[in-house]
Amino acid sequence: MPLLEISSLAVDYRTSRGTVHAVEDVSFSLEKGETLGLAGESGSGKSTLGLSIMRLVPYPGIIAKGRIKIDEKDVLELSDENMRSIRGRKVAYVFQDPMISLNPVKRISAHFTQLIITHEPKTKKEEAYGRARDILKKLGILPERINDYPHQFSGGMRQRIMIGLAIALNPDLVIADEPTTALDVIVQAKILDLLESLRKIYGMALVLISHDVSILLERCDKIIVMYAGHMVEYANSTELYKNPKHPYTQGLLKSIPNIELVDQKLSAIPGSPPNMLHPLKGCHFLPRCAYANEKCSVKEPPLVDMGNNHFVRCFLDEEGANGE
Amino acid sequence: MVNEIIKAEQLKKYFPVQKSFLEQLLTRKPSYVKAVDNVSFSIKKGEIFTLAGESGCGKTTTGRLIVRLLKPTSGEIHFNDEDITKFKGEKLRLLRRKMQIIFQDPYASLSPRMKLGDAVGHPLEIHELAEGEEKKKMVLDVLHKVGLTPPEQFVSLFPHQLSGGQRQRAALARSIVLKPEFIVADEPVSMIDVSLRTTIIDLMLDLRKELELTYLFITHDLAVAKYISDRIAIMYLGKIIEMGSKESLFLNPLHPYTQALLSAIPVPNPERKRKMIELSGEVPSAINVPSGCRFHPRCPLARFECIRKEPELVEVERDHSVSCLLYWNR
Repeated sequence: MPLLEISSLAVDYRTSRGTVHAVEDVSFSLEKGETLGLAGESGSGKSTLGLSIMRLVPYPGIIAKGRIKIDEKDVLELSDENMRSIRGRKVAYVFQDPMISLNPVKRISAHFTQLIITHEPKTKKEEAYGRARDILKKLGILPERINDYPHQFSGGMRQRIMIGLAIALNPDLVIADEPTTALDVIVQAKILDLLESLRKIYGMALVLISHDVSILLERCDKIIVMYAGHMVEYANSTELYKNPKHPYTQGLLKSIPNIELVDQKLSAIPGSPPNMLHPLKGCHFLPRCAYANEKCSVKEPPLVDMGNNHFVRCFLDEEGANGE
Repeated sequence: MVNEIIKAEQLKKYFPVQKSFLEQLLTRKPSYVKAVDNVSFSIKKGEIFTLAGESGCGKTTTGRLIVRLLKPTSGEIHFNDEDITKFKGEKLRLLRRKMQIIFQDPYASLSPRMKLGDAVGHPLEIHELAEGEEKKKMVLDVLHKVGLTPPEQFVSLFPHQLSGGQRQRAALARSIVLKPEFIVADEPVSMIDVSLRTTIIDLMLDLRKELELTYLFITHDLAVAKYISDRIAIMYLGKIIEMGSKESLFLNPLHPYTQALLSAIPVPNPERKRKMIELSGEVPSAINVPSGCRFHPRCPLARFECIRKEPELVEVERDHSVSCLLYWNR
């Protein structure tokens, strides 16, 4: 039984200038303890997808279609009251910018005790406080600093506190949305190591959202590549690295520098990301694709099963002729 | 030597720290943020020299000092063998024709009220180099060079009508319209989508060949630095701690900080499990710089003498210098 199961999910933003299909026809499932990476450029729908799992898509976004099941329970049919019991306890979210996610006028201790007591009303304040101290220790922050305010911590420490708040209620799934984008490499590596070790201790599943494919390849079991709201490729990371099928994934992998390679030749993906307000009729990647043919402009390619849990949304592979 | 286009000697930039009235009464000594603390390097003509390091290490401040957007506290800057440290007024204005800067954020560096053609043509007006039809022709020409084609269409667009990548191209066009010899590029690709980064970097490399440019490239991303640079300097807390050719620095990093930094860079290969060198703590404040070697509180190899003695940047092999006591007595 998968922990998270998403089927043909679609999320729209209904704006005055038209409807943006931010996420379209996304299906995947995640088992307990697994790590999934969501890769994509800004505007590809990866954050919207993450937020929709928590039912936190901001206005004017709505979940237009599809099903999201957590532990067999359909999240979209839950009342607001029941939804609150899922947030934090079953699924927790780590946001990108820890400065705006922490309340600047509250001590770190208050963040933890409020969270714990809201979700577990029977807990005594002292007990919640003690648990918070234990969590800080696990994060590598001195427990004595529990009464400090957010501004007294560095960016990396604030992000650790965010992670601490996310795991405080021992959730089954943590969604981390660009958790290290604002941080330097050394701090980034430490945060990712921390997430990995906590994941192992608590046995939770992790969805890691990032524009940096290097991180995902290094840290995730499976990867979903998003482009213009669509899942264009889905495979386990070794398979994706060795055998990328979609022309976009291929281009992406050729455009990231690897410091271990000598005299690496990088090549760029031509063109620019699509305007989501005026989507194309056929394949969204068409204007930037080197292998496009007439078929691609007529209709959207379906998600093709390549076997071995590898899916790709491209006509080239449907015909068995991969564009390499 | 003529082939050194830029030479920085013992550059320092200290920013005074604003204190409250009470603190001013209680403490005599003013305190400073030592953003750049005794930095020397030179850049050869036609080369891409990179300053790399974590945020707050002083790389951007150094870049701004070089193009004289900031006034150094002390030290000298030479451009084509001429001391430009004290240039003022007209002389400084003429100097700006030859050295330009591109900023990190293409959303903030282009005026939202100026059409692209006006923004790119503006430097020509300021320097009274061209006007009217001639200016128009030069603007179209330079837009074409940076790949904003057809240029006739782009001249009448406002920045908000462009994507991030196109804006950075426009910023590049504006910087090369005066035909400079030297450009400081401050994190030009860090705010651009991954799939477009390579195109901007390749464009910069093409322009270098075509216009015989020299770049000072500033980045926190060592993977990008490795791809673009000829020589690299790693900064830590306002100082260059290691400097060398790209090959020697990446194949044989000497400073413990460089080694840790390189080990922390993610490698896009799921089968490669790298070993990270652990550094304790975080970068200290640039107001209270640690004694001796400023890296000693975090250094896994620190010895007793590191606390007292400040190492200098010394050349240990050809075109490879390091500032670390471990290599000093050899």
